[in-house]
Amino acid sequence: MTNPVPYRGGGFRPKRIRGVGLGVFISLLLIAEWGTRAGWIGNLTLPLPSDVVLTLIELATSGLLWTHLSLSLGRLFVGAFLGAGAGVLIGIAIGLSSYTRSGLVPLVAALFPIPKIALLPLFVIWFGIDETSKYALIAFGTFTPTVVATYGAVDNVDRTLVQMGQSFGLSRLSIIRKIVLPGAMPGILSGLRISLAIAIILLTAAEMIGAEYGIGAYILQAGALYDLERLFAGVTILSILGVTLSFVLGRIEARVLRWRV
Amino acid sequence: MDLRIDALTHCYGATEVLSNINLEIPTGRITCVVGPSGCGKSTLLRFIGGLERPTSGQVLQLGAPPSDSLNPFTFVFQDFALLPWRTVADNVSLVLEDHKLAKDARARIIADVLARTKLSDFANALPKNLSGGMKQRVAIARALAVRPAVWLMDEPLSALDAQTRELLMDDLVSLWLRTPFTAVYVTHNLAEATRLGHRIVVLSRRPGAVRRVIDIDVPLEARKAGDPTLAGIEQELWHLMRDEAQAADQELVHD
Ligand SMILES: Nc1ncnc2c1ncn2[C@@H]1O[C@H](COP(=O)(O)OP(=O)(O)O)[C@@H](O)[C@H]1O
Ligand SMILES: [Mg+2]
Repeated sequence: MTNPVPYRGGGFRPKRIRGVGLGVFISLLLIAEWGTRAGWIGNLTLPLPSDVVLTLIELATSGLLWTHLSLSLGRLFVGAFLGAGAGVLIGIAIGLSSYTRSGLVPLVAALFPIPKIALLPLFVIWFGIDETSKYALIAFGTFTPTVVATYGAVDNVDRTLVQMGQSFGLSRLSIIRKIVLPGAMPGILSGLRISLAIAIILLTAAEMIGAEYGIGAYILQAGALYDLERLFAGVTILSILGVTLSFVLGRIEARVLRWRV
Repeated sequence: MDLRIDALTHCYGATEVLSNINLEIPTGRITCVVGPSGCGKSTLLRFIGGLERPTSGQVLQLGAPPSDSLNPFTFVFQDFALLPWRTVADNVSLVLEDHKLAKDARARIIADVLARTKLSDFANALPKNLSGGMKQRVAIARALAVRPAVWLMDEPLSALDAQTRELLMDDLVSLWLRTPFTAVYVTHNLAEATRLGHRIVVLSRRPGAVRRVIDIDVPLEARKAGDPTLAGIEQELWHLMRDEAQAADQELVHD
């Protein structure tokens, strides 16, 4: 009896197939459109997807979209820049010095699990109802995950490379700048991904308290009036914002981490 | 500049790793250190290179290193220790950037050492695109760039396959013949030791102590495969090492 050896390898290695994701997305929208038109999805459950698109177009042409978006993006970037920047610096300090590590790791561990939204009222009291409290909330929210990601990444930098630097008499600053920082970059960037997602959540929350403009404020007003089209338009903008930021970060990663196998 | 290791003993916690090492390392020659794994060879090299302090004893430099040496004690590591995010040329540049050198002087040094290690065509390649042998040649080029007084080589060929190892040994011999350098060359490969070493130091199992020092008089350029003197020495080394290696192996089982 001659048979080919039965094949039992393969699998367990999902690949990306182009277009399938988009297909799922469009099918869901079409089902929603069909359901709301046919009536088996109640008009208090979901708005017509096409109406949401119309609302978005209207928002864009009236110019109001840019007012909301520019304010929101400004808050997001200032807050995330301050928080992530401080987080990377402190994370490196924790990663490299025994004193900062012993002193700050317990503190960071205590701050990390606090849902930062709970601190919004406190920040409003401390910094006032205007922009500063929003920056503070977003900064604080991005700070802790960035610190944790950064010092984890620094811990994972190959110590033989650091020893190589020392053995060639490199200065401490050179070792940090040319060996530790680039070596920690993959970990820092993946931490930044998490931080940015948190920043968007906190941005929305902050804008729901004491903001006239901004996507969060827009969504809150729509919700208060039970205006589902505008509510979903706002949520769509947030989703697009998140996907765009993640895409941009992905491109940066691909550029900065070209050296990886 | 000769080196003298003087009554060097070292413990990690309660474990004694090196025990009363006394050794002369002569200028312009290659001193090979062999011994079973875990006997403290790498540790000894770190003391010589000033990366760690021994519990007692010291490493003495007899005289000053040549003034043109940018980094008198220079390591070549087993795993190459190249920065994966820097190109070949930039990996060499790394060790020059902290020295006050004009830009064109630095570029000249880089071009020169890459030429000497036959890497000129790969100056802009990233380490991930190089073979193991080429990576180690980059590490050798990087070491050449700082004009070492003493080369500290920690099993530089152990991560490579046998053919590449042969080729790199020839490269090292021709580098040494062009300009004799001082080296402490750690290996557990006895063929490497007899091919490259002017002096071979055999360490015992942990705690490492000097068991035997053998000087080989055959000049490097005359060492051919199958040379009876070398084969005899390799045999002698093997007898010294076998018992140690066996005993060390048993210890690990009982630990
Ligand atoms: N930093 C360290 N801390 C504690 N023990 C160490 C350290 N480095 C090496 N050792 C121990 O010292 C012994 C000698 O190590 P090493 O010098 O690397 O041996 P070799 O290079 O000869 O194989 C080993 O048992 C190892 O486990
Ligand atoms: Mg070793």
